[in-house]
Amino acid sequence: MRGNNNHAIKHNSAELNLQQQRVIAAYKLLVPMLIMLVFVAAWPLFRSISFSFTDATSNTIFNGQSNWVGFDNYLERRVRSNGEVSWRGVLVDSDWWNAVWNTIRFSVVSVSLEAFFGLLIALVLNMQFRGRGFVRAAILIPWAIPTVVSARMWGWMLNDQFGIINHIMMSIGLISEPIAWTASSDTAMLAVLIVDVWKTTPFMALLILAGLQMIPRDMYEAAKIDGVHPIRVFFRITLPLLKPAIMIAIIFRGLDALRIFDLIYLLTPQSDATVTMSVLSYREIQQFGDYGEGSAMSTLLFLIITAFVLLYIKLGKLDLAEGKS
Amino acid sequence: MGRSILQNMVFYFVVALIVIISVFPFYYALITSFETGTAIFKPNVLPEVFSLSNYETVFTQRSFLRSVVNSVFIASVTVLCALLLAVTASFALARVQFRGRGLLLITILGVSMFPQIAVLSGLFELVNALGIYNKPWALVLSYTIFTLPFTVWVLTTFMRDLPIEIEEAAIVDGATPWVIITRIFLPLLWPALVTTGLLAFIGAWNEFLFALTFTISETERTVPVAIALLSGASVNEIPWGPIMAASVIVTVPLILLVLIFQRKIVAGLTAGGVKG
Amino acid sequence: MANTELKAVRKSFGQFEAIKGVDLEIKKGEFMVFVGPSGCGKSTLLRMIAGLEEITSGDLIFDDERVNNLVPSKRGIAMVFQSYALYPHMTVYENMAFGMQLAKASKQDQDKRVREAATLLQIDHLLDRLPKQMSGGQRQRVAIGRAIVRDPRVFLFDEPLSNLDAALRVATRLEIAKLHHDMNDATMVYVTHDQVEAMTLADRICVLRDGKVEQVGTPSELYEQPNSIFVAGFIGSPKMNFLTGEFAAKFDCKTIGIRAEHLDIVAEADNAWHGRIIHTEDLGADHFLFVDIGLEEPIVIRQSGKNSAVLGRKINIRPNVENIHRFGRDDKKLA
Repeated sequence: MRGNNNHAIKHNSAELNLQQQRVIAAYKLLVPMLIMLVFVAAWPLFRSISFSFTDATSNTIFNGQSNWVGFDNYLERRVRSNGEVSWRGVLVDSDWWNAVWNTIRFSVVSVSLEAFFGLLIALVLNMQFRGRGFVRAAILIPWAIPTVVSARMWGWMLNDQFGIINHIMMSIGLISEPIAWTASSDTAMLAVLIVDVWKTTPFMALLILAGLQMIPRDMYEAAKIDGVHPIRVFFRITLPLLKPAIMIAIIFRGLDALRIFDLIYLLTPQSDATVTMSVLSYREIQQFGDYGEGSAMSTLLFLIITAFVLLYIKLGKLDLAEGKS
Repeated sequence: MGRSILQNMVFYFVVALIVIISVFPFYYALITSFETGTAIFKPNVLPEVFSLSNYETVFTQRSFLRSVVNSVFIASVTVLCALLLAVTASFALARVQFRGRGLLLITILGVSMFPQIAVLSGLFELVNALGIYNKPWALVLSYTIFTLPFTVWVLTTFMRDLPIEIEEAAIVDGATPWVIITRIFLPLLWPALVTTGLLAFIGAWNEFLFALTFTISETERTVPVAIALLSGASVNEIPWGPIMAASVIVTVPLILLVLIFQRKIVAGLTAGGVKG
Repeated sequence: MANTELKAVRKSFGQFEAIKGVDLEIKKGEFMVFVGPSGCGKSTLLRMIAGLEEITSGDLIFDDERVNNLVPSKRGIAMVFQSYALYPHMTVYENMAFGMQLAKASKQDQDKRVREAATLLQIDHLLDRLPKQMSGGQRQRVAIGRAIVRDPRVFLFDEPLSNLDAALRVATRLEIAKLHHDMNDATMVYVTHDQVEAMTLADRICVLRDGKVEQVGTPSELYEQPNSIFVAGFIGSPKMNFLTGEFAAKFDCKTIGIRAEHLDIVAEADNAWHGRIIHTEDLGADHFLFVDIGLEEPIVIRQSGKNSAVLGRKINIRPNVENIHRFGRDDKKLA
């Protein structure tokens, strides 16, 4: 290659330059993952949405005998022979709206409580004290325990006859007779909330703690020198600077809460008091074999969650800009 | 720093409360798992009896051991597949400028937040079409939905932090992207791989909805389903002792892993969340 | 025959034009230094020669071969980075052999070249170490060794000394100069923002400003005949004194420049500038006087020997007229 030609300048324009080669390599490196995602996520999602426009049941789903019914699973106008108009479909189903209400109520309450306790724990863990590492390890334990196991453990602790919670509360006189925490429709949602808050607050605390540790120390020192009261420091410095971290943690958890399934399914009898969108849709599909309506429900849940993801992207102002590498 | 004794007492009281609330349920499950007969129905905070018979019960049920094996197999294979696909993809996403990269990242993040129920019926059809219903592969396939986007996302954030000059030095040395990934970045990224893999493993190990839907026979169940469906001779007689023993068995390895890799896990969680 | 040639080379990042048409010839065996303030495009230009940065327009020619689209590894270049960029998980030996290994050279060749380079740089005893087990200076030597093993037609250095402390920087600078002397056909292109490094190392210096070449020449040409106020002010320490207003008017120009060593303190007041000593700096062998002569900035005078000046004393200064540089309205040198 070296200086073998003294006259004409050689052109290598056929060769791709580095950036072009890298882009081609990038596409090649992405293809296996993309194929896999299309295969396991996009296609099943497309099929699930398709089912919501058919009358598919567990009998017809595999033999292709289900029929296209348009939006009937969502909302269908029926005119009886006597001229009376009636509506059916998920959108006028009181069970569905009850599940929507339960899901939203659960999400709002659980995420608020988790944000509050998470912030509290993060503030504690952000202080210098002996045994801090130990406390941080301890709060990771609820997070590490599988949901099924925590449902079972708490189910046992909240047991109406032999549960330790009733036992303790009765012995200190808080209640006079045992409460059927998980079974009774008055307290079942409360039980779910207790377990969920217990299990997921650590996650919240860790995210908020990471945000806290990014606040420069000298800001606090400056405030201290100026003699600002600690409570004022918290509301004027800590909280505003922490807001992005808290918002992202809340949205992450909110998305998780909206799709809650296992805890409700395992801890409670899934009565009207606790049934959520996921549980109802699952029941429709698995127990009643109604793929059409079940898929309509899951599609609605998907749309709600998509809306939240878009909100997250907008609020989080994610660092996804093409410019940064 | 000038905290009064009262403030200190309140502070340590709060700390103690946090620790007790975090640890107590597991502790209580642990002491219950050692109790048998009538002792189990007597609420007590301190251990009074010590018997291993619940553990014997659990381990003599052959299907429980099968479930543990299933869970280990499914979670490991899922995580390995996800890491394999994610390493190359995250290199492309983190280090190459190309059109549509931002959109692709958002899509991947979106998929990781999918409600599982939204793909359930479509996945059920797919699993049947592939003839893997009630087989471990059905779960490996379906768990890829959440493990793959998660690993891609977290590894992309880790991969971004590697110094650009090392990559450029490798380019000057004649390394192709594949060589850079396998010979330069992988050796540097293994701590991140361990963290990401561990988090994905925990996710796959704990999954319940797909496992419940795509398995039917007792021998194909995973641990969460096995524990959920562990029942006694009659409907009303829930075998709390063996359930707690089984819970302890599947939780102890997780807790140990989490405690050993504590710092790395926190880094991984925050990489996926805050930095996003 | 020219070795490396840049013809009307441009680079834009979107709207922003970083390199605005550079023409430059770098001769075989030459030590060329790109110098300029940060943001002048010197590193971008080096990275374009390396192939790490695309060339938007123009030609880059190595030995009569247009290499615009060649990938870095096929250009016959080697690069030494500011942060050393050693592979952290590989030993020194592996770091140095990596490029040859990827080029599928035989084991004997690899071993021979690695050991030769190690001997040249006196790092033979470090071959089994990992980068983290070495000091900054040793790491930078390994990085240079890795470049030597590639046997390139052009060596590229991107501010290789700026991560080292002051003493080590001087020592390593000497070694790079010695290396260039020992490898007499090796063309080297070296980027720095430090004019002392540029003056001490270069055969020729290319001063860059806002993506354009301001002046190219040997260190003494740049020092003695700067083309513009920019070059005059950039090269040399202490900075050249610039005087405007009536001082310049006397010489029929907008600005005059004169170096600290071309000013004498005189007893008689005629044809001299008058001022008051406001500050002194003693460097041992010689010293600097800062004199306020009624301009915005004091002028600096270099005097040899021990400092005996008294602060606040009024003095007369006479410039060495033949060493005055005259600059016009466009800040360029007047004939």
